[in-house]
Parts: sequence; C-alpha cells; structure tokens
Amino acid sequence: MMSTGERLAYMAGQILRNFAVKGQEAAIAATTDHILQFWDPGMKARACAMLSDPDPALPDDVRAVFLRVQANAASA
Amino acid sequence: MTFTREKDFGTPEKHGETVSLTIDGQQVSVPAGTSIMRAAAMVDTAIPKLCATDSLESFGSCRMCLVEIEGRKGYPASCTTPVSPDMVVRTETEKLRKLRRGVMELYISDHPLDCLTCSANGDCELQDVAGSVGLRDVRFGYEGASHLEGCKDESNPYFTFDPAKCIVCSRCVRACDEVQGTLALTVDGRGFASKISASQDEGFLASECVSCGACVQACPTSALIENTVIEKGTPERAVVTTCAYCGVGCTFRAEMRGEDLVRMVPWKQGKANHGHSCVKGRFAWGYAQHRDRVLNPMVRASVDEPWREVSWDEAIAHVASEFRRIQNAYGTRAIGGVTSSRCTNEETFLVQKLIRQGFGNNNVDTCARVCHSPTGYGLKTTFGTSAGTQDFDSVEQADVVLVIGANPTDGHPVFGSRLKKRLRQGAKLIVIDPRRIDLVRSPHVEAGYHLPLRPGTNVALLTAMAHVIVTEGLVDEAYVRERCDGEAYGEWAAFVSEPARSPEAIEDLIGVPAADVRAAARLYATGGGKSGGRGAIYYGLGVTEHSQGSSTVMAIANLAMATGNVGKPGTGVNPLRGQNNVQGSCDMGSFPHELPGYRHVSDSATRALFEADWGTALDAEPGLRINNMLDAATDGTFKGIFIQGEDILQSDPNTTHVAAGLAAMECVVVQDLFLNETANYAHVFLPGSTFLEKDGTFTNAERRIQRVRKVMEPKNGYADWEVVQLVANAMGLGWTYTHPSQVMDEIARLTPTFAGVNYDVLEQRGSVQWPMNAAAPEGTPTMHIDHFVRGKGLFVVTDYVPTDERTGPRFPLLLTTGRILSQYNVGAQTRRTPNEAWHAEDRLEIHPHDAENRGIRDGDWVSLRSRAGETSLRALITDRVAPGVVYTTFHHPDTQANVITTDFSDWATNCPEYKVTAVQVAPSNGPSEWQKSYRAQAEQSRRIEPAEPAE
Ligand code: SF4
Ligand code: SF4
Ligand code: SF4
Ligand code: FES
Repeated sequence: MMSTGERLAYMAGQILRNFAVKGQEAAIAATTDHILQFWDPGMKARACAMLSDPDPALPDDVRAVFLRVQANAASA
Repeated sequence: MTFTREKDFGTPEKHGETVSLTIDGQQVSVPAGTSIMRAAAMVDTAIPKLCATDSLESFGSCRMCLVEIEGRKGYPASCTTPVSPDMVVRTETEKLRKLRRGVMELYISDHPLDCLTCSANGDCELQDVAGSVGLRDVRFGYEGASHLEGCKDESNPYFTFDPAKCIVCSRCVRACDEVQGTLALTVDGRGFASKISASQDEGFLASECVSCGACVQACPTSALIENTVIEKGTPERAVVTTCAYCGVGCTFRAEMRGEDLVRMVPWKQGKANHGHSCVKGRFAWGYAQHRDRVLNPMVRASVDEPWREVSWDEAIAHVASEFRRIQNAYGTRAIGGVTSSRCTNEETFLVQKLIRQGFGNNNVDTCARVCHSPTGYGLKTTFGTSAGTQDFDSVEQADVVLVIGANPTDGHPVFGSRLKKRLRQGAKLIVIDPRRIDLVRSPHVEAGYHLPLRPGTNVALLTAMAHVIVTEGLVDEAYVRERCDGEAYGEWAAFVSEPARSPEAIEDLIGVPAADVRAAARLYATGGGKSGGRGAIYYGLGVTEHSQGSSTVMAIANLAMATGNVGKPGTGVNPLRGQNNVQGSCDMGSFPHELPGYRHVSDSATRALFEADWGTALDAEPGLRINNMLDAATDGTFKGIFIQGEDILQSDPNTTHVAAGLAAMECVVVQDLFLNETANYAHVFLPGSTFLEKDGTFTNAERRIQRVRKVMEPKNGYADWEVVQLVANAMGLGWTYTHPSQVMDEIARLTPTFAGVNYDVLEQRGSVQWPMNAAAPEGTPTMHIDHFVRGKGLFVVTDYVPTDERTGPRFPLLLTTGRILSQYNVGAQTRRTPNEAWHAEDRLEIHPHDAENRGIRDGDWVSLRSRAGETSLRALITDRVAPGVVYTTFHHPDTQANVITTDFSDWATNCPEYKVTAVQVAPSNGPSEWQKSYRAQAEQSRRIEPAEPAE
C-alpha cells in the first residue's frame, strides 16, 4: 500500500495528467487551483513538506505544483 | 385521518381542450379525450365499474359501467366512450340498474360468498359494486362458486393469488403490461374456465414477475392480496410518506392499524412514481421491525471487548467528552464525521452543522463520495449546478434515450418502468454498458444499439461520439452560439475532431465496432431520426465510479450541449441516484469543501451568513474526504469519527485499508439500525431510527423535496435528528429544535436555492423541486431553460487518461460491479426481509469461454483475486458479460466484493474506481481464509453484555 506522502504525489500526478491536454503551464496552474480548492490543510502541509524531503521520487511537474501551493500558503 | 382508499377515476387523466357536457343534469367541463366515466367521477358521480381503474387504459370488458346518452342507441360503456361537446348522459335509470344487476349476478354466481371471512372484507370493489347496484339475489345459483377452491399460489413471499376470488377482469394482466412493463401475466382459457396465470403457470415466484405489486394494487377483489393484510386485517388509517430505498423517491400511503404498519401502497399523486412502486418500497419494509435492530446505546473501551449497554445520557456524554479530549490532545482537525444519504435532509444538515459549528472544522463527507461526487464536480463545472436537469415526467417527451452505466430496471425500477413505457411508444434507445442489462432486450423493447465497451473506456467512447457529431455537422450551432461559451466550444470541437478521436481510431481500445459508435452518435444527435426530436441521457454509477468519473460526466454534458439537448422537456443530463437521499445529502453541505447549496467554504460572504446565524467562526479551509480521513488515521493525525447511517467498511473500496484506518482511531461512533460491519470497529453505538419513525424530507434524483412522515414512535427512543442534537448540546452548542420543520426553515434562510421551501408549502403541494425562491416561485422541473445556471454552458476538453489499474498475465480479467433489483446497497435492510428469496448470495457472472478455460462450471465456488485481496463466491455462467469481463454485486458482507476493489479513484473527486478491477478467477473449495477470519472477528466484536439491572 502507498504511504500518505506517496499517495498525495500520486493524486497530484493524476490530476496533472487529466489537465495535460491544456499544455504544461496551464495544467500546473489548474492542478494547483484544484488542490487549493479540495485538499485539507493537513494534506497541503504534507505536500509542501515533501518539497524539502531529499527523496527524489517527486516528479518535476508535481514539484512545480507543490511549490505553487506553498507559495500560496505563504501569501495567504 | 380515517381510512379511505385513494379516489379512483376509472380511466387515466387526459390533457386536451375543454369540452362541456351534462351528466345527470349536472354541467361538467373536462379535457377532450376524457372518458364519460372519469368526467362523472370528477363531479363525484361514481359509475359502477369492475374492469376499469385509473392507472390503466380502459378495456371495456365487464359491461358494468353502461350509461345512456341522449340521441344514441344502446348502452355504451362509459369507460371506453370519450366525452363529446354537449353530450347529455344519464348514469342511473331503471333500465341501467337492471342491466347492471344482471351482469353482477353472473359475476357473483361464480364467486365464493364468504365475504365475512374474506381478507378483503370492507376493501373489495366487487362487494361495493354489488351493494351499489342493489344485488339481492342470484338467479343462476352458485354452482360455479368453488371450482378453483384450493388452488392458491402462495409462492411469492409478499402476496397471495387466490384464483377462487378472481373475476377475470384482467386488471392485473394490464397492470403488469402497461404500468410495470414486465408482461408476466396472461389470461388462459375462455368464459367461466378462464384464469390468470403467471408466465405460463409457473407460479409467481418462479415466473418473470419482479414483485412490484402493481397487479395486487389493481386487483378489485382479494384474488391478489398482500400477505400482511391476510395476517393483520385491513388498515384503518393512512399517512403519506416517501420510500427510503432509492433515488427515484416513490411516495406511498403507509396504511396502518394503530401503530402497526399493514401495507405500503404507492400514492397515485406522487409526482415521481404516479402510483407505481417496486418490490423494495412496496414490500421490503419488514427490516424496520427486525429483531436484529439494536435499541439501546452501547459503549466499550476497545473493540476487543464486548459491547456494554448504557443509558442514552451516558452514551451521549461519553461521545462528547471523547471528542473534546481528542481535540485537546491532537488538535481541532483530528475528528470528523460522515453524513448519510439514507437520512433526511434535516438530519444531514444537522450532522454537517455539528461538525462545522461544533467540531470547528470541515471534516465532513458523505457516502455520495463513493457514488456521485463526480456528478457534483462535472455538472457544476459545465452547467453551474450539481444536479440533474429534468423531472422524471420529462422522459415521456424524449425521442431517443441514451442510458450509460446505469441499469434502471434493477437500480431505479419505477423510473425503469416509465422508460420502458416510453420505449414501447416508439422512442429509440441506446445502451452503453459492458454488460447486457435487461433493458437491452425485454418484452416489446429492444435497444437500437448496445455498445458493450471495455470497462474503463467511457471517456474514449463518448469523445468518439462527439467526433462524429462535430465532423458530420450534427452540432446544433444556433444553440451553441446562443447558450454556450464560444471559445471553450471552439477548443473542444477542435480537440474532438482530431482523427485520433474517431471511432475507427479507438475501436480496439473500447472493443466496440466503429460503425456502431457512428450510428449511435447519429441517432442521439438527430433526436432518434425525427425532425425536432429530443434526446435525453440517463446515467449511473457505471459513469462515476471510475478514475475518469468526472471527465465522463463532463463528456456527457458536452454531448448534450452540442446537440441542444439541455433546457427543455424530453432532453437533459440525468444522474440516477443510488440511495434515496444522495441528492439531498449533497445539497445539505455534506462535502468537505462546500457549505449547503454548493458554496465553497472559502467564500467569505457565504461563511459570514452562516457565522452570523450559528454564532461561531467557521473554518475557511476544506476538510478531509473519507479516504483522506482514513489515511490520516493510519498516520496518527485523525482520531475520532461520527458516522451516521453508513457502513463504510462494507461500502468503501479496499476493505483492508478502511479497517486499518478505523482500527487506528480512538473513538469511532456509529449510529445505525443494526450492528453493521463498520460497527465492528466502533467504540460507541447509537441506535438509529427508521424512516417510519421520524419526520423530515428526502430529495430525489429530480431535485424533488418530499415529506417523510412519522407513522410510529421510534423503537430506539429518539429520531436520528434528536440524537444529533443531544450530541451537539453535550458539546455545548445549545440547539433548541423541537421539530425538523425548524431545521428546514434554517436551511431556507441560509440557502438561496431553498428560500421558498418550508413544511407548509410541502403540505399544500405534496412536493417541490429546487431551486425554489423568488426567481422560481413554483420550483423548477426543468433547469437551464433560458440560460445555464453558470451563465454560458462550458464545454470542457475531456482527455482519455486510462486508469492505472491494468490487466496483465496475473490478473487478466476485468471485474465490474453492480446491483440487482431485490437487494439494496450493502443489503443491511433488504437482507433482513423476504427479498432474500430472490438473491440469497452474490454470484460472479463469467462468460462461458472464460469459465471453460478455467474449468469452472455453473454454481462452482471460485476464488476472485485482485492486487488488493481475495474472496470467494459462486460462479454464474452467462453471456451477458463479454469475454474478459466478470461481474458481481456487493450486497452481502460474506462476499465482501470490496476486499477486491483497489484504491484507485476519480482524479477530481476521489470517487473510488469500483467499476474496474483487474482480477483472476480460479476454482476453489469455498470461503477464503480471509473471509473465515473476518467472520470470526465480526462475531467476536458483536458480543453484547446486557446492562446490569437498575437498582
Ligand atoms: S407483481 Fe408486478 S411484475 Fe409481478 S405479476 Fe404483478 S405486476 Fe407483474
Ligand atoms: S386477479 Fe384480480 S385483477 Fe386479476 S383478473 Fe382476477 S380479479 Fe382481476
Ligand atoms: S423505485 Fe426506489 S423509491 Fe420507488 S419503491 Fe422502489 S426503491 Fe423505493
Ligand atoms: S368498467 Fe367499463 S366495461 Fe368494465
């Protein structure tokens, strides 16, 4: 079974793939927006924490999304 | 209220220009096409009748309803003669009385005269008519009376057929044909020897009969009668209420003797069912009195201990102190709750209020998560609101109906019957489903196209249909230009037009011939090939329960917009809801990101409204979904949950994951009727009440809000809403509701789409469809009439992203799941009724080819294995499923089909992917090890230690 961290990365990746036809930049924006709207604060915090985790498993586009989620949390 | 039957007008209502005539000297105006019989009934002149009833087209066989018409010769039957302008009718003359008495004598001479001991005594039309025609003597003798004595058919668990009491009026046969559409009954033989039989004399249970009860209701005598009436006697009062089983929302008269429910009779004025019903609502209510019902609250420190019965006070105080303790130790967001689609709107509203106001977070979710959450997301994105667009009556104007991922004759039977009626009148049908559902071919109904696609390829198929519609110039351009966002349409049209989206390009992927996809697309887009024809789409869980569930809902919405099929009767996008109050529980704010009325929690204006009313600040961040709650529990950050009326252990995917999550919590509170599977992991059990024991409202799949009325006191002491209030007040919230109507007033006050809804209005009108407010004072049968709720309809590009659940050498077959007519959801209710006669176990449907390869014979035990787990059940060999696909239901805990299903879920809403699991099937000897150990654990955790006697 996936760990919660793995699952969050998986979920973000799945959302990205469904927006992928829009082009990468738009997909990242749409996925970020989706996560802000639907993920609870604990999940978002966990996602942001994974950014500083040395584990390289986070794909680039998922990393880009989590970075924006983090930026949003900082500005809010 | 004293007992009276619902008025019977004799023949169905008509809608035509007004015609005036005179009946017995009285001036009457009625719609053209109305029968004389009905016109007379409208001015309270009851013409004697036997073969006519207003749920059926007139037949004219009994000759009891003769009348005289000035200027016409003879004595026409009033049930088959339509009114005409200035007609002068007489219904009572000496000649007519004589003729009627003669007819009546014939009937009675062949009928046993044991009225005093007959179970229908006092509720028999034959008896009434004999009285009203003044029958005093029978000249033909009574020889015929007993030639069928002793031939009773008692095979059906709910009703008895006694041919001796049958007058061969054929109302039952016609009810089965016209209303139910099953065509199970026939009249065999002629004259005195004629008799009614079920599917060529097989007896009711073994026949095609689906036990809907339409024939029983139509029968004027005791020839077809409910067993409960035989046992308990005829009812003495009736209360109108709403079925608590499925999203059709049939209304019933609960017919009572004292506090005892005698029978449920479908209510003719019910706007969802118009007097029809299915076996569940009509007959399967015995669970309400079942001995398994838990009536006392129970508590235990750990799930290894037996349950300890306690007082309500102790149980409630314990829940409140545990929840507060957990929040103090682990934080505000460490607890949450789950609302129930089986409970009322008012109860659901209160549970989410308890969580948002009392728990101070948004950790509320509902079982709709696992069924229709993609509908919420998809329809909100495209149309602007999370609901079906039509009422059920709309299907009567559809010229082509596309059914996708739904099985109406089993899942939504009363709607299924109405749909079949429309199809028998000539509307065209397209079925998209991996399995050959009954609708594909049934008496007098045949789908134009059945597209048996590979499970999991809905989006690809619907996009290919869009490809055909756009590239063949079948788009309703004027509609799209006026009603939809032009830019989004342009992008979408370019996307679907690409050659890679054509039916030919995806033929191998979906497993359906391209020519069929093209033909089906044309049929839908051209309104069944009729000029101005209208196309309607109905869909179910076969659409939503996929990793592309939300995309599929949007793909459906795209098709409907492109063809101009939204905003008028006969068209639309219609989700068929599983449980009775799925629509309502979603409307009431059961999702963690939305306040009631589908308003996001981050919207500060909406929050301010609730904050002012509730006197607390509300969390602006979305809460956890059920599956995320379970993840968080396994991680140790989520510790307590209040679950009302749901069995998440059995209904949610990947049972082992759910069990692990529940086991990691410190306080699991379950409120239900029975010790369900989830309760095996609970620390507090609060007994629930049935729909017969409380007041409230349910909202059906057509957004129709209908009353649920209390007909008996709650056996457990409290209605569910009262229990929620007790918990809230123990947590210091100070609620003071004394009746659910006050909760509805609060909902109306805080939710613009419900502004005009209250119990007085429901009392006056029977039911209303939201939105109901100043802009729509009559409610809203059809949505998006002039414009979409969101303004312009939004086309959304839906790319086909295959699921990560793949078949391979170890798991070569695709499992898909569904439901059947006689059972409901996890079966907690229906398994506790005689409905077991039809479906005592879950079976695995497998194609003969796949079965033969594996050496499996019909009825053999087989093991069903996926990457998630293993279970076993017995095989049913059938070509309803394609090679490579297997199918089962999930009604029985012993099967635990969800041990097999995986964690994959819809990308947008996490609605679990129940409909696609890669599996292997092999012969086995019986229940798996897991099933045995699960059973043992369940029995262990269900032990109850009786309360110590009070001092
Ligand atoms: S119960 Fe329903 S299906 Fe069965 S014979 Fe009667 S009308 Fe037909
Ligand atoms: S069973 Fe009842 S409804 Fe059917 S023919 Fe006999 S009397 Fe009429
Ligand atoms: S169709 Fe649904 S609502 Fe109607 S009686 Fe059957 S279960 Fe109840
Ligand atoms: S009621 Fe009119 S002929 Fe039977």
